[in-house]
Amino acid sequence: MTLAVKEEIRKGLRKPMPMSTNTAIATAARDLDVDVVSAYPITPQTTVVEKIAEYIADGQLDAEMIHVESEHSALSAAIGAAVTGARSFTATASQGLALMHEILHIASGGRVPVVMSVATRALSAPISIWNDHSDVMNARDSGWIIAFVSSAQEAYDTVIQAFRVAEDPDVLLPFMVVYDGYLMSHTMEPVITEDREKVLAYAPKRDYPHKLDPKNPLTIGTITDPNWYYEFKYQQVEAMKIALEKFREADREFGKVFGRNYGVLECVHCEDADAIVVANTSYATTLKYIIRDVREQGMKVGLLKMKLYRPFPVEEFLKATSSVDTVLVVDRAISYGAPVQGPLASEINALYHSRGLDTKVVSVVAGIGQRAFKDDDAKYMFKLALESRKAVPEETIFYGVRK
Amino acid sequence: MPDVKELPKGQLYKSLFQLPRWEGLVSGHRLCAGCTAGVIVRHLTKVAGPNTIVVNATGCVEVSTTPYPYTSWNVPWIHVAFENAAAVASGVESAIKVLKKKGVISDDYKVIALGGDGGTFDIGFQALSGMLERGHRVMYVVYDNEAYMNTGIQRSGATPYGAWTTTTPAGKVWRGEWRPKKDIAAIVAAHRVPYVATANPAYTLDMINKFKKGLDALEEGPSFVHVIMPCTTGWRFDPNLGITIARLATETGIWVLYEIDHGNYRVTMPVKKRKPVKEYLKLQGRFRHLRDDEIAVIQRMVDEEVERINKIVGKEVIGPVAP
Repeated sequence: MTLAVKEEIRKGLRKPMPMSTNTAIATAARDLDVDVVSAYPITPQTTVVEKIAEYIADGQLDAEMIHVESEHSALSAAIGAAVTGARSFTATASQGLALMHEILHIASGGRVPVVMSVATRALSAPISIWNDHSDVMNARDSGWIIAFVSSAQEAYDTVIQAFRVAEDPDVLLPFMVVYDGYLMSHTMEPVITEDREKVLAYAPKRDYPHKLDPKNPLTIGTITDPNWYYEFKYQQVEAMKIALEKFREADREFGKVFGRNYGVLECVHCEDADAIVVANTSYATTLKYIIRDVREQGMKVGLLKMKLYRPFPVEEFLKATSSVDTVLVVDRAISYGAPVQGPLASEINALYHSRGLDTKVVSVVAGIGQRAFKDDDAKYMFKLALESRKAVPEETIFYGVRK
Repeated sequence: MPDVKELPKGQLYKSLFQLPRWEGLVSGHRLCAGCTAGVIVRHLTKVAGPNTIVVNATGCVEVSTTPYPYTSWNVPWIHVAFENAAAVASGVESAIKVLKKKGVISDDYKVIALGGDGGTFDIGFQALSGMLERGHRVMYVVYDNEAYMNTGIQRSGATPYGAWTTTTPAGKVWRGEWRPKKDIAAIVAAHRVPYVATANPAYTLDMINKFKKGLDALEEGPSFVHVIMPCTTGWRFDPNLGITIARLATETGIWVLYEIDHGNYRVTMPVKKRKPVKEYLKLQGRFRHLRDDEIAVIQRMVDEEVERINKIVGKEVIGPVAP
């Protein structure tokens, strides 16, 4: 937040409202004047859709709500609406995201700019309604733009950015805004909301270029043989590159217009650090809160908060970690049986090697099924990152598990 | 948009010559020679006209009419997946509604969802029920060839008793499909939608008027037309026999043509004297393995269904089997 905005708040010109991240997301959908909301209830996403329903019921939002009978249909209907030219939004979590999985790929392959919020939650079995990132990591290769947010304010702001980027005619990709179920979805924070006029000026509704229109009949979703399919898929590769540039630009512009922006990633104390901890969503917030203390204790550590995950901001990431020889990556999902069992750690490992770098990567899995991760745990992560400089643990550390 | 004269709401076709020359589904598609799906869908688009959006489930019609970079469709058309045509159509319809309300578009397009029996009876069943229950103004048309023909003739919930398919083969133990066909139209009717009908491409005028009534009903809510679609490849008959077999289906009473218009049940094609079901079965390789005693079981099933329908109507609209 810029000083100007802070000053406005101090003077009472702007009043932050207490909101959960779920409410913040629903409010962003309202302020974006979404046309169609298609969603199915799943814990801990439910209050997003409940709040949107209230906004529609009270006349604060003029939208069609489709009370679908499953998440599979939720995304299918959102695609149908978007391809007809409506600004379409949906929200889900966990099993719901898994049930959508088939349609995730069709949304991106069909170049449909649906925006979806995901309140991350563990996957069955055994059933757990609590938080981890198994659901989103399971969806990481589905061709969606994926952004992790770390606060209710960032969630509100990123949903607005998401529509701007997704609907850009040079991008046309679906966008997932990801945050932590319960840890964020049901906790209150102060949030500044913006005027709809200003929001729509920043993220204007655009005419979807390939829409279903009897005046110009198009055939969408054809069968495509080996002579053509690959080129369609490669266009998605190219669109991801464009999306990265467009997201950077959208974030800069957001900062200019609203006085808040987050970058594609955020690095705290990285410049002079000996080791860096990489984390996202609420864990990044906890680690950021604790880093002051550990720095005061003389530990030269940094924190890298991952924001944009797909497309991966490779250049920014390499630059931010260029001065350290060790990074510790906190994953909240397990890639069972993989050489490196933390999925994000695995990717970062591969990135360094592909660039000929020998930066050591410590893979830590934590918070599975919302196993508590508190201040002391955050402190330990920084300590472990420093200790690992001498000898990197060969295997993924399953932190906090009873073996 | 082409200027195609549409029959006004409430009016029915008296002759096929009233259909426009305009084609919604043009030739050059890859449907099998002798496939009756082309006949059904071509007439469907002629009735609907160009001011229509078609949502197609994965299936024979979808793959055969849109081999990239070609298309047979002269109306906007979308395919998303196998099980969700009704859900996608719900989204299209909702978008039209809200965009019209907000003044972004001015026309009220007709929305048609099109699926085969697998995409409707089985994998798309839940999405269909949701679409119907929520009252989306979509006409759902199922072309029913009674098995998964596109993947190679595997049985579906629509496969009739006794039929050979590649997953219900006739052998020493199995004698083809051993369960009766799911009554999808009755299940749809239980959603109390304004219009439900069965149709048959051999009775073309009856079929197109059912499409017309289904589209006219969209002012009030969803409609559903269940069309039998003889399949030369999967039913194992000579490609020139499709319509003959379709006609025999109704003449034998195994495929009764009726509609449920605002709850009023009416048999639209009464049959005074039924032909024995054997005449329908014997032309099809999928029933070739059946012995006379097994055919007698199928005849009894047809008799019972006819009796049930006559009871609903309150008189004998479908007569007895004439030897």
